[in-house]
Amino acid sequence: MAQLDNSSSVAVAFETESDGPIAPEAPANVLALMGNDAIARGAWEAGVRVAAAYPGTPSTEILEAVATYPAEDIQAQWSPNEKVACDVAIGASFGGVRALVAMKHVGLNVASDSLMSQTYIGVNGGLVLVVCDDPGMHSSQNEQDTRLLGRFAQVPVLEPADAQEALDFTRIAFDLSEQFDSPVIVRSTTRLSHCRSLVRIGERREVPPRGFCEDPVKNVMIPGHARQRHPVVLARDGAVQKYLATSDLIRWERGETSVGVITLGPAYTYVKEVLPGASVLKLGVSYPLAEKVVREFCDAVERVIVVEELEPFIEHELHALGIEAQGKAFFPRIGEFSPEIVRNGFRQAGVLPGSVENLADAELGIEPLARPPVLCAGCPHITTYMAMRALDARVSGDIGCYTLAAVEPLKAIDTCVAMGSSIGVAVGLAKAGTETKPIVATIGDSTFLHSGIPPLMDAVYNQADITVLLLDNQTIAMTGGQNHPGTGITLRGEPTYRVDFEELIRSLGVQSIKAVDSYNVGAFYQACRDAIEYRGVSVVISNRPCVLDPVKIKGPSLQVEAAGCTACQACMNLGCPALTWGEQRYEGRYKVTVDEALCMGCTLCVQVCPSDCIRPVVAQAHQ
Amino acid sequence: MSRSSHSTAVAEHHDNALRDSAVATNVLVVGVGGQGVIMVSKVIALLCQQHQLQVKQSEVHGMAKRGGVVFSHVRFGEQVYSPTIPTGEADVILALEWAEGLRWLRYLNPHTGTFIADTQQIVPPFACCNRQPGGLSGYDQLTANEIRSQLPGTLALDAGGIAAELGNSKAANTVLLGALSTALEFPVEDWQSLIAAAVPPQTVEVNRRAFTTGREWALNPPASNAAESVTPVVLEPVRAPAELEITEAWCKGCDICVKVCPERCLLLNEREVVEISDPAACTGCRLCEWLCPDFAIRIHIQTVEAQV
Repeated sequence: MAQLDNSSSVAVAFETESDGPIAPEAPANVLALMGNDAIARGAWEAGVRVAAAYPGTPSTEILEAVATYPAEDIQAQWSPNEKVACDVAIGASFGGVRALVAMKHVGLNVASDSLMSQTYIGVNGGLVLVVCDDPGMHSSQNEQDTRLLGRFAQVPVLEPADAQEALDFTRIAFDLSEQFDSPVIVRSTTRLSHCRSLVRIGERREVPPRGFCEDPVKNVMIPGHARQRHPVVLARDGAVQKYLATSDLIRWERGETSVGVITLGPAYTYVKEVLPGASVLKLGVSYPLAEKVVREFCDAVERVIVVEELEPFIEHELHALGIEAQGKAFFPRIGEFSPEIVRNGFRQAGVLPGSVENLADAELGIEPLARPPVLCAGCPHITTYMAMRALDARVSGDIGCYTLAAVEPLKAIDTCVAMGSSIGVAVGLAKAGTETKPIVATIGDSTFLHSGIPPLMDAVYNQADITVLLLDNQTIAMTGGQNHPGTGITLRGEPTYRVDFEELIRSLGVQSIKAVDSYNVGAFYQACRDAIEYRGVSVVISNRPCVLDPVKIKGPSLQVEAAGCTACQACMNLGCPALTWGEQRYEGRYKVTVDEALCMGCTLCVQVCPSDCIRPVVAQAHQ
Repeated sequence: MSRSSHSTAVAEHHDNALRDSAVATNVLVVGVGGQGVIMVSKVIALLCQQHQLQVKQSEVHGMAKRGGVVFSHVRFGEQVYSPTIPTGEADVILALEWAEGLRWLRYLNPHTGTFIADTQQIVPPFACCNRQPGGLSGYDQLTANEIRSQLPGTLALDAGGIAAELGNSKAANTVLLGALSTALEFPVEDWQSLIAAAVPPQTVEVNRRAFTTGREWALNPPASNAAESVTPVVLEPVRAPAELEITEAWCKGCDICVKVCPERCLLLNEREVVEISDPAACTGCRLCEWLCPDFAIRIHIQTVEAQV
């Protein structure tokens, strides 16, 4: 407790809550920070010395923000995947310094193997995992609830509700980690990570490194040691619960006692918005449950309602304690909350007057225009999936921008499971022996390095007849152009060793490897056809870089000579956002025009145009 | 837990408390990835910060660069809890693209809200999918006049055109900020100084004029405030579905037509002869006819009747 009492962050956290608006009496101390920036600031202030991550929306900006602090303060790095990042942080903790690892919710699945053992080991230097959930799946393949994994690993899960708390809770998390000898999870959500608000910042507190602590029973998880550690983990839960009985992390806001609302994270802000007069128990920690305070709160109100996004986690914990509480009867288990969803829930519960609104109701008779995200103009992935469609392949896809090729007009991806799954899935499809089409796995450069190497090894080892397309656009494009071991540049922008993909793939035993530029449609198609005809594992590497990162590429624009266009729509099948319909028609179909501001001159449309009517814009002579 | 007897009283209490609570000002900025939605909302947030107001600005990253829907909620006031604006409570919707403005209209306060929208249209590839003869673009949206008849205070302006007249079409967002400045109570000088700090130095002057022009436009909207850029729909002659005549004896199964068909409605059958697999998908574009080296395909298109 001593560490906490000395920490000014606790006082700051609750001063701002109770005093209402932050008065910028000293503007230098108050910054408008995004939740992710605040987490990074909190880590820096907590004296963190090592931070690692693999990018993933909505967590990506955390490490980018950490890297803005001096290298002498923090070693910050991108790792090839979340497990490696977690292990790096674990190693730093063994070394006696404070360490942070950041990831998106599904990243914790990858890192959980390490976490499940580390929870037995505990920490030397404070160890904090920041995990960002994505309710509503703005940019994810599922909406799993990290609290369940926190309980699974039996590590405390902190739940900030706004950017100020994101900073404060991250600082506190390191103190708790060391105090209770446990990894600690700080859980964010998309709404918190990407919301900017005013934050009072503090100074960095240097924590003297402790040095490696030789203690094999604690540090080396073999059965004999682990058996001694498991009871320690169970006892730790009790100790944290005892601490929470008096902690400011659990805040009881007294109000009307007919209804008591238990809530946490961004859902708290919606509750305050629509039901400002209610008694609220705001949980700053979701696991373990602050049983003593929760019982007192529930006894003091007539009816208990739990407002939590995603799983009925707290609700079930209350039921397990024998407390009558309602939650998911009124508030959805699916998707992100909003003030109106929470208001609707309270109406349904009879707490607020008025009838339940159908939130999907369109007013003013407006049918919203469908505008799904699309591949960029000039995206090198376009050719890849045109070729796959033309070759009528069974394509197992992976996670990245190229997953956008799963929908019309490219519509050339048959499966997408998880990071790095494409190659293993292709092996399984081949082993099933039911497929009449050629089996192709498509995987990006960063996803391949993340978790695509072992399955490619598996394909060679078990002699699967598949083709792998490695889409090496030389960046992690989907999350905004981060570096990885295949780009040869570090998080801090310094040059380093660059993975040679051909050399790496050859060393796994692949005999058929061909690198080709996907802007050459004919050559790329031919390379894919040859690879498919090859019996065994073949790899085609598309080596055309991303048009947005690391540099935005803009060449001379193309234009359509309308007289020659037969409106055949062959180019529209590229799904290029720079191509659209003009006003003229041919035989009833719209002719195509090029948006010169978007076109970057890749010439894919020129190569597929059968009437040869797409040409470069003739530059006006400058006088 | 005698819940039913209490619920009405509680509800009344909370309804009062809800009305008594400090009310935040809500601005929803919307557009398409790459238009600068986030930049515009940052300017508003900075302005609020300058005026010592609590402010929350909330957006979603990840898909912004992929031409998708982008929106940013800005809420400010003495006390702001929720980072997002409840439906029907936006005081202003600032739309950088016309259809995006319409998408979010249900967020506008129907009684006191102001709708400010650029009339420019960014047509997504998805809107160009009805390729049948006479097919229409999916970008079939209400016009500015139709919206104005339902929301009289609507400010629909061709910000890009105004900016282009001033010499830099990229200043369109500043024109819109000028219009927005009439709906929010911040001094004009503060808007101007923040914008000057946010834009490239050589464009300060054009942005200053863009702001002023946008502001003046909003204060005195032209009588026929109609930047009606929606093109009238021209009805095409209705055509019967195309018919493919395949001379099987001349087809050698080279696969060219199957590969080039934009609608992917041809295939080689078990005898390696071309066959139409989905007659309804064929638009009669004639590519197969023109590109067949053996003249094995002919397209027959019949115009049934002309409509006006």
